Amino acid sequence: MVDSVRQSAESPSVPDDAAPARAKPRWWPRKRYNRYTAAPLLLISVNLALFLLFFVWPVVIGLNYSFTSYTGVGTAPYVGLDNYQKLFGDSAFYAALWRTVIYTGAVVPLTFITSLGVAYLLVSPYAKGKTVARVVFFLPWLISPIIAGVIWRWLFGENVGLVNFVITELGGKAVPWQSNANLSLMVVVLAATWANTAFNMLLFVAALKNVPVSYYEAADLDGASAWQKFRRITLPAIAPTSFIVVLLSTLHTMKEYGLIKALNDGGPGSENNLIVQYIYLTGFRRGHIGYASAASFILLLILMIIAVVQLLANRRKES
Amino acid sequence: MTATRRPPELRRPRGRTGDVPKAIGASSIMWLLVVVYAVPALWFVLSSFKPAGDLFTYPLTLFPKHWTVSGYTQAWTQFDFARYFVNTLIVAIAATLLTIVVSAATGYALAKYNNWWLKAFAVCILATTMLPSETILAPLFLVVRNLGLYNSLSGVVAPAVITATGTFMFRQFFVTVPNDLLEAARIDGSGELSTFVRIMIPLSRPIIMTLAIFSFQWRWNEFLWPLIILNDPKQFTLQIGVASIVGAQNVNWSVLLGASVMSMVPLLAIYLIFQKYVMSADLNAGLKD
Repeated sequence: MVDSVRQSAESPSVPDDAAPARAKPRWWPRKRYNRYTAAPLLLISVNLALFLLFFVWPVVIGLNYSFTSYTGVGTAPYVGLDNYQKLFGDSAFYAALWRTVIYTGAVVPLTFITSLGVAYLLVSPYAKGKTVARVVFFLPWLISPIIAGVIWRWLFGENVGLVNFVITELGGKAVPWQSNANLSLMVVVLAATWANTAFNMLLFVAALKNVPVSYYEAADLDGASAWQKFRRITLPAIAPTSFIVVLLSTLHTMKEYGLIKALNDGGPGSENNLIVQYIYLTGFRRGHIGYASAASFILLLILMIIAVVQLLANRRKES
Repeated sequence: MTATRRPPELRRPRGRTGDVPKAIGASSIMWLLVVVYAVPALWFVLSSFKPAGDLFTYPLTLFPKHWTVSGYTQAWTQFDFARYFVNTLIVAIAATLLTIVVSAATGYALAKYNNWWLKAFAVCILATTMLPSETILAPLFLVVRNLGLYNSLSGVVAPAVITATGTFMFRQFFVTVPNDLLEAARIDGSGELSTFVRIMIPLSRPIIMTLAIFSFQWRWNEFLWPLIILNDPKQFTLQIGVASIVGAQNVNWSVLLGASVMSMVPLLAIYLIFQKYVMSADLNAGLKD
């Protein structure tokens, strides 16, 4: 009501817009239609402009450049499918891609299990001290991938690190966390799981809280065990969230860069270069923009295939 | 508002005698995990208070024998921390403000208007989730360079403004706002845009807060895009700065620890103050992290 008063006080200053439409029958038949076209168009205009500028345009010229040997300056000589052919014969590209697949294959299931487990404990009526625990579990979300990488590098230092110190104190031999490629990747996997738990935990907590309590009560009456309840009630009930978690984690993990950059810089050597690091190095360090664009499009294609396959799998499960 | 209300929390009754072993079991597992999750960061922060000489002397001790802040003062003076900090702050705040305005406007349009091109645009926005900027890194760089934004903070901010997550958070919220409210405003003669600014924006305060925190976190922690766009050390953000210490031939751990811990403080403070907006966020709409 306050608004209508204010409106009438203001209406002389905006005679064109609202006042006539209210006072008389529409004097311009398309007025109403216009109003509902102009307003949303204006509302999305900035977003639309940014979308065209920073999304459509790059995709178009990126596709274009992937058929050239552009280096970032000068002309962009057309080379046809050369870049793609070279890419399929480039062992460094395959190595990076394969490493990324292994990395994703390890991180996603681990993240899924830890974040679901943690979320389950956080909504369980039995665990005590959940307020503090929740904050601790969530803290890694605040830490940037770079800093998280530094933290785990510090923890798993090869010569002086807490983990190796504890191992030697217990009578073991210092483990080459940095000079062994597989161990090095394992540390990155642990770090990524630690860092990714927080956000996915948040999604799972919301989903678990929405499972109707009556289901559990009915199961209790039927004498179901805790595992049976988890397997038969909880998991099906949170399936949509599980799907989102798996999809987002996969897409996120496939394009990991900051964490591994700070932890071991894709080392030892270039053995743990992941795909985004490969694109960065070829495109921006060596200046092969055309070639890097081609590699980017392969990554884009892979991500799209992953997303579509997961969507289809999810749909089939639902039906 | 019309959503069916669930009865007040009817979690299983507490304090039955048979529950004690369960409580002990669940609590101990949870607290074990808490320790596992806390140790990496805790060890890092405690180490940052050790003098440089003690960092690598065996036997390692959890707590510093002599507490010192020399790593912090060194990071502040040698590492140009203040400049990186201000740059990061500018990027994060500018991107966050723009993200909120743009996402709120788009989300509102998608929720309250019914045009075929709006539906098409919604699909386009969703597509940006599937195709993150990492997949168009090189061409996006060329676009930003052609716009003359290379090596400037606005070049970092501009491509980061549109996010599917933000847009759909707002869309999801505005869908729940009854259309009657909008109709009433129209009958009272309020223009479409003034309804949005004066009625809808104030209503969406919780969403604004949540998105603000998320957006701030994304931009504060972003690494790859600023690394590509910023070339001049004067423009560096904190993440690039910290990464440059890690990338050095001989890592100066004392400075690195101090700078890293300091770079985490703003987010930590924001989180502790606005915790409820993060923890209760309804995060089921087209998101990315």
